[in-house]
Amino acid sequence: MTGQAEACGVDAHLLQTGDELVVNIGPSHPSTHGVCRVIVHLDGEIVTHAEPVIGHLHRGIEKMAENRTYLQVVPLTDRLDYVGSMYANWAYCRAVERLAGIRVPERAEYIRVVMCELQRIASHMMSIGSTGADTGATSAFIYAFNQREQVVDLFEAVCGARLTYNYVRPGGVSFDLPDGWIEQCRAFTRSHPSAMVEIDKLLFGNVIARQRLKGIGVLPAEEAIARGVTGPAARGSGVDWDLRRDDSYSVYPRVDFEIPLGENGDAYDRGRVRLWECVESCRIIDQALAQIEEGPIKAEGLPRLLAPRPGEAYDHIESARGSLGVYLVSDGSVRPYRMHVRSPAFQNLSVLGYLAEGHTLSDLVVILGSLDPVFGEVDR
Amino acid sequence: MALVDDLGRALERTPGGGIILTSLDAVMDWSRGHSLWSMPMGTACCAMELIAASFARFDFDRHGTIPRADPRHADVMVVAGTITRKMAPAVKRLYEQMPDPKWVIAMGNCAVSGGIFYYDTYSVVRGVDEFLPVDVYIAGCPPRPESLQDAVLRLREKIRAESIAPGRSRPAKLVLPSPTDPRAGGVATADDGSGEG
Ligand code: SF4
Repeated sequence: MTGQAEACGVDAHLLQTGDELVVNIGPSHPSTHGVCRVIVHLDGEIVTHAEPVIGHLHRGIEKMAENRTYLQVVPLTDRLDYVGSMYANWAYCRAVERLAGIRVPERAEYIRVVMCELQRIASHMMSIGSTGADTGATSAFIYAFNQREQVVDLFEAVCGARLTYNYVRPGGVSFDLPDGWIEQCRAFTRSHPSAMVEIDKLLFGNVIARQRLKGIGVLPAEEAIARGVTGPAARGSGVDWDLRRDDSYSVYPRVDFEIPLGENGDAYDRGRVRLWECVESCRIIDQALAQIEEGPIKAEGLPRLLAPRPGEAYDHIESARGSLGVYLVSDGSVRPYRMHVRSPAFQNLSVLGYLAEGHTLSDLVVILGSLDPVFGEVDR
Repeated sequence: MALVDDLGRALERTPGGGIILTSLDAVMDWSRGHSLWSMPMGTACCAMELIAASFARFDFDRHGTIPRADPRHADVMVVAGTITRKMAPAVKRLYEQMPDPKWVIAMGNCAVSGGIFYYDTYSVVRGVDEFLPVDVYIAGCPPRPESLQDAVLRLREKIRAESIAPGRSRPAKLVLPSPTDPRAGGVATADDGSGEG
C-alpha cells in the first residue's frame, strides 16, 4: 500500500497517521469525466481534503499553435473542448478577426450563433446525462444522449463531422447551410423543449436524484466570483453573469433570451440551470433562423495566409462551461507568436477541493460531474 | 489461463487429441469472440464516440460488447484518445491488470500514431502500440461509432483463428477486405498474433 502510494506521488507519512486515509481516484476512473486524478484524504467516508491532479491530457496545443499558420490552428482548437468544439473555434476566430481587423458578414454571424447554441445543447446533454449516470440513473443518460445525437446529425449535415467540426473559420464559416437544413433544425427546436421537460421530471424530479444532488457542493455566490467560476457553475449560485448579454457579441443583442439562475448553488441547481439553458438556446436558434438572410458566408478578399500586424488581441465568448477566452500575440508573421486559452473548465475545476470538503466520497463524484470539466480544455 | 494452456498442450501431445482440441477451440473462440467486454480507455475526444457507440442509436450491447470500467472484468481494451507521456504508465498498468486472454483496439488517429499531435508537441506518445500490443487499428479523427463496431467484428474474426494450445493457430479464414470493400479504408487488422494470450 505504501509503495503504491509512493508510486502515485502521495506522501507515505500521511498514511501512517492512522485516522486519515489517502485514496487516489483516477486517472482512469469512470466518474472522473476524462483523465483527472483526484487525491482524496478521507476521515471515514468524509472527505477532508481533495486535490485534483491535472495534466494527464496535456497535449501542448498552445505550443503547437506557434508552429501553425492562423488557419491551421483552427482544427487544433477543436480538440480543446471536445464536447463543445464550436466554441473554441469561434473564440479563436474572434481573436484572429480582432487581430487582423476582419469584418465578418452578417449571415456568417447568424450561422455561428445557431451553431453555438446547438453546441450548447449538445454539451449540456452530455453533462446532464453524466449527472444522471453519477447518481445511478443511467436511463437519464440515454434520454439525454438521444437529444445529443439529433444535434450531432444537424452538425453532420452542415460540416460532415460528428465531433471535430473545424467549421468556424477566420472571416466566416466553412460551408453554407445545406438545403432543407433550416426546416430540420426548426423541427428539432420544436421537439427539444418538451424533451427537456421530460428529463427534468425524470431526473431532477426523481426523489433519489434529488437526495443525491440537493445541498451537495454548495458554492456561495461570493466564492464563485472570487474564484473565477463562470458559466452554469456560477449561475447555479445566482451569479447573474453571462457574456452573451453582459459583453454582448455577434448578433446576440438582436435576439431576446433569458438567463436561468439557480438559488442555492448546489449540484442540483447547477444541473437545472443547464437544463433550462437548453430551452433558452432553442428560443435563440428560432429567432436567429427567422432573422437570417441570404448573403456571403465568408469575408471578401481574405488572403490565403493571414499575417496580421504585430500586436495582441483577446476575445472571449460564453461557452457551455463559462467564459472562454483566447489571447493571441502576433509578431507580423504568418504564425501566431503566442496563443493562450483562458479555459473556463480549468477555473471551474479549481473549486473542487473547496466544494468537496465535508462531503462523502460518493458526493465528490457528483460535485466533479456538476462542475462539468472537459479535460482537453483543462490541460490544453 | 494456465489451466487452459496446460490442457491445450496436453491435448496436442495426446494421439487423437487434435480432434478434441479443434472442437474445444471452436467453442472457446466462439464464446470469447461473442462476449468481448470492453475496458473503455477513453482519454480524449474519441471517448465521446466511444460513449455514443454504446448508447441507443448504435447499441454496442447487441455485439455482446459491454463497457466495463474495471480492468479485471474486461477482455478488450479500447484505447480511445490521445495518450500523453503522463498517462501512458497508467494505461500500461491497466492493461497489465486485465486477465488473459486480452486484446487491444486502438481507436482514432491519436491512439494509432499520435494523429494530429504527431508533430510539434513534446508530451504525446506517438501511438499506443509503442507500449501495448494492438490487435485492431481504427483510423479517423474521431472514427465514427460504426467503425468501432466494425473493429469489434474484425477482432472476432481474428479471435476465431486462435487456439488454446500456445503457439498453434487454427486454419480459420482471416478475412481482409478486398480493395473495393468500403471497409478497406477504415479498419486494418494486425495479423501478427500479438493478442494471443
Ligand atoms: S484521434 Fe482526433 S478525435 Fe480522437 S482523440 Fe485524437 S484528436 Fe481527438
